[in-house]
Amino acid sequence: MDSTPSTAPILEVRDVSIALPPGGDRSSAVSHVSFTVGRGEIVCLVGESGSGKSVIAQGVMGLLPKTLPVTSGQILLQGEDITHAPLARLRELRATRMSMIFQEPMTALNPVMTCGDQIDEVLRQHTPLSAEQRRDKVLEIVREVLLPDPERIIASYPHQLSGGQRQRIMIAMALVLDPVLLIADEPTTALDVTTQAQILKLVLDLQKRHGTGVLFITHDFGVVAEIAHRVAVLRLGDLVELGPRDQVLRRPEHAYTRMLMSSVPTLRVDERPVDTSAPVVLKVQGLDKTYDDRSWFGKRRQVHAAKGVSFEIRRGQTLGIVGESGSGKSTVARCIARLIDPSAGSVLLGGAQPGEQAAEIATLSASALRPLRRRVQIVFQDPYRSLNPRMTIAKAMIEGPVNYGLSQASALERARGLLDLVRMDASALPRYPHQFSGGQRQRLCIARALMMEPELLIADEAVSALDVSVQAQVLKLFEEIRERLKLAMLFITHDLRVASQVCDTLAVMSRGEVVEIGPAHQVFGAPQHEYTRALFSAAPGRDFAFGA
Amino acid sequence: MSSSTPASGTESARPDFESLSVEAASVVTQRTAWQRVKANVSARIGGGVITLLVLISLLAPWLGTVDPSLFDPASRDLRPGEVGEITTLEGETLKHRFLMGSDSFGRDIHSRVIYGTQVSLIVGVATAVLALTLGVVLGLLSGYVRWLDGILMRVMDGLMAIPAILIAIALVAMWRGSLLTVVVAIAIPEIPRVTRLVRSLVLSIREEPYVEAAISLGTPTWKIMGRHILPNTVAPLVVQGTFICASGILTEAILSFLGVGLPPDIPTWGNVMAEGRAQFNQYPHNIFFPGIFLALTVLAVNILGDGLRDTLDPKMAKRG
Repeated sequence: MDSTPSTAPILEVRDVSIALPPGGDRSSAVSHVSFTVGRGEIVCLVGESGSGKSVIAQGVMGLLPKTLPVTSGQILLQGEDITHAPLARLRELRATRMSMIFQEPMTALNPVMTCGDQIDEVLRQHTPLSAEQRRDKVLEIVREVLLPDPERIIASYPHQLSGGQRQRIMIAMALVLDPVLLIADEPTTALDVTTQAQILKLVLDLQKRHGTGVLFITHDFGVVAEIAHRVAVLRLGDLVELGPRDQVLRRPEHAYTRMLMSSVPTLRVDERPVDTSAPVVLKVQGLDKTYDDRSWFGKRRQVHAAKGVSFEIRRGQTLGIVGESGSGKSTVARCIARLIDPSAGSVLLGGAQPGEQAAEIATLSASALRPLRRRVQIVFQDPYRSLNPRMTIAKAMIEGPVNYGLSQASALERARGLLDLVRMDASALPRYPHQFSGGQRQRLCIARALMMEPELLIADEAVSALDVSVQAQVLKLFEEIRERLKLAMLFITHDLRVASQVCDTLAVMSRGEVVEIGPAHQVFGAPQHEYTRALFSAAPGRDFAFGA
Repeated sequence: MSSSTPASGTESARPDFESLSVEAASVVTQRTAWQRVKANVSARIGGGVITLLVLISLLAPWLGTVDPSLFDPASRDLRPGEVGEITTLEGETLKHRFLMGSDSFGRDIHSRVIYGTQVSLIVGVATAVLALTLGVVLGLLSGYVRWLDGILMRVMDGLMAIPAILIAIALVAMWRGSLLTVVVAIAIPEIPRVTRLVRSLVLSIREEPYVEAAISLGTPTWKIMGRHILPNTVAPLVVQGTFICASGILTEAILSFLGVGLPPDIPTWGNVMAEGRAQFNQYPHNIFFPGIFLALTVLAVNILGDGLRDTLDPKMAKRG
């Protein structure tokens, strides 16, 4: 089963089970998992949340909390059984033979130590080198992870660096002693797509140069397609499929893998018919949002979150806004929903019905705005925080219509109908949010927004927090709703694959400005702006056709 | 799949997708807050002792007590357990066993301590309720009305800079001691802490997406405060309330002990101790028994508070 028979595996996980504390929904986090990582090989552990992939990584590093004991099996590092190795031995092995990088480099680095000192600490612990030699080695590794101006970088504190730079420091720290095994636990998940592409390339380069074996944990099949040699698919603690990348991705054998693969949205570039005669529901012109960063002492600083944003959305159509974090895409959405007040520009709502006057909502006062609020509804990213934990679903759903004078009974009637539309059961009504999974909650949030019978539905990263299989279902739901109710939709996302699935028109934002806007197939097929091209070429696994 | 999902009925049209997705497994059935509190050892111990104290204070007349204000010069300074006589208001002289001895006026310490339980519990609960109510109102205002925030917070900072006991003494001295004034005097120095707590909770909760959703559903601000923000501050407030209750009971005893609390004719633990202070060397029981009750009560309330914090307020709880 091993594809690298020439050398003995660096890491061998043999029939390992890890128990969960009693009272959970299952008895073990991981059950009877076996796989190997060879020299110079990248093995990707993929799975949805709760699949136990991070637990395996912690088990290898000996970082498992006491509540999650390894109950059977062996973990061998270069033939040495480290399953129940004493702490002292693990300490010797960490950093020298195996090391780990984490998802969130900001919290993985010590905020009160300079980056140089943190790398130096590793050397001080494990080598007899003099201060001078250590410094040379630190500079050398910082250069190797391609950080600019190494002298300045090692004197910087983590908060002075960008997310990508911090992750490079983490990688430098992990690789400074040239370990045989590198464990990467979702190392690019918190990063923007362009930064992610650079970090992935760096990991690939370093791994090739040093012959390190890499255990790479991710939920993103794009990333898998980009870097994996072999792939192990986990589902609820069971390893359901293990094999070379192309085999697993192109000819998955297990039904679960097939389902996952079909859920990954494809980058679609086909033209779709756009009805240009449909009435305009939303017209945004020259929208500006500036934040004044005022402190009692010191200078006033102005942050331009959105600059001169203009677009329009017609009935029954979806405009997507894509961009990296800090590009201002959410600011635009929140200005339109008037959760924040725009600094300048115009937001014209309506005029869709003949004879109806379009309403300027950018400048309305809170009381004048209230009657118009129901026409724009928004669905947020985090389904766990979008529903008040102390309110039943019924109360949450009828809140809006009752605010506008609908009777409770007819609001409940409407709620039942909409639950059916989002394919939930009416038995959900008397329950509390914690009794639902993330995807179900997101359905409920969509239903709650639709209760208001809005003309414009804003989805602000509404599928980003969901597992890929759930994401596919919710995306499908958005499509259905738009078609059935003839809604205008504003779809904010950082994920190009998702955007290509649902959007008719696409706007690309960078640093508060729309750099490119046009029909989705045009923007995807022939991106004009330099930034758009960079963004697209950074999308992981773009050459791989998923969702077949 | 171990946990059933409410949607499984309607979505069974696509069994393949649904049964394979791990999503349903992410629903962990939680126990209700009450079930968690009941299972917590600290909450049970603290709650048990407090229930006992409440029973004692309610059943005071039937626990071998006499009217706590009765005295008999013939029964001065009796040791615990000795039998002496005591004269009722009607002039009748009774034989009475002084379980905790008597003080230098010939009053029954047992009766005074047991009746004192009522006073202490009332003071503790009333202080907590008053401080929480005012603190919640001020905290909500401070967290929601931006221009008021600065002013209110500076006033609270000023209040926090003065030692609580000093404020209480000054207030009682101004108004003369009664149950009401003592409760108000003890509650006022606690208000800034509650206000700060509520304000910080409001500031974080108002950023929650469910509050923003309510805004776009057209819910008026006062309803958002009452329906979405306030209910989500309850758990930390209950916890804070128990700590205020404990410190209120202590402060009342201190005030009484210093002679600036409730008038000496009202039986409170602090008053009993204050009167026994002079003769502490010869007759330690004067201070010992009320002291035990005081310590036990405060300890029980604090243990209950710890238990509630661990179960209701997971963010503050220590990880175990």
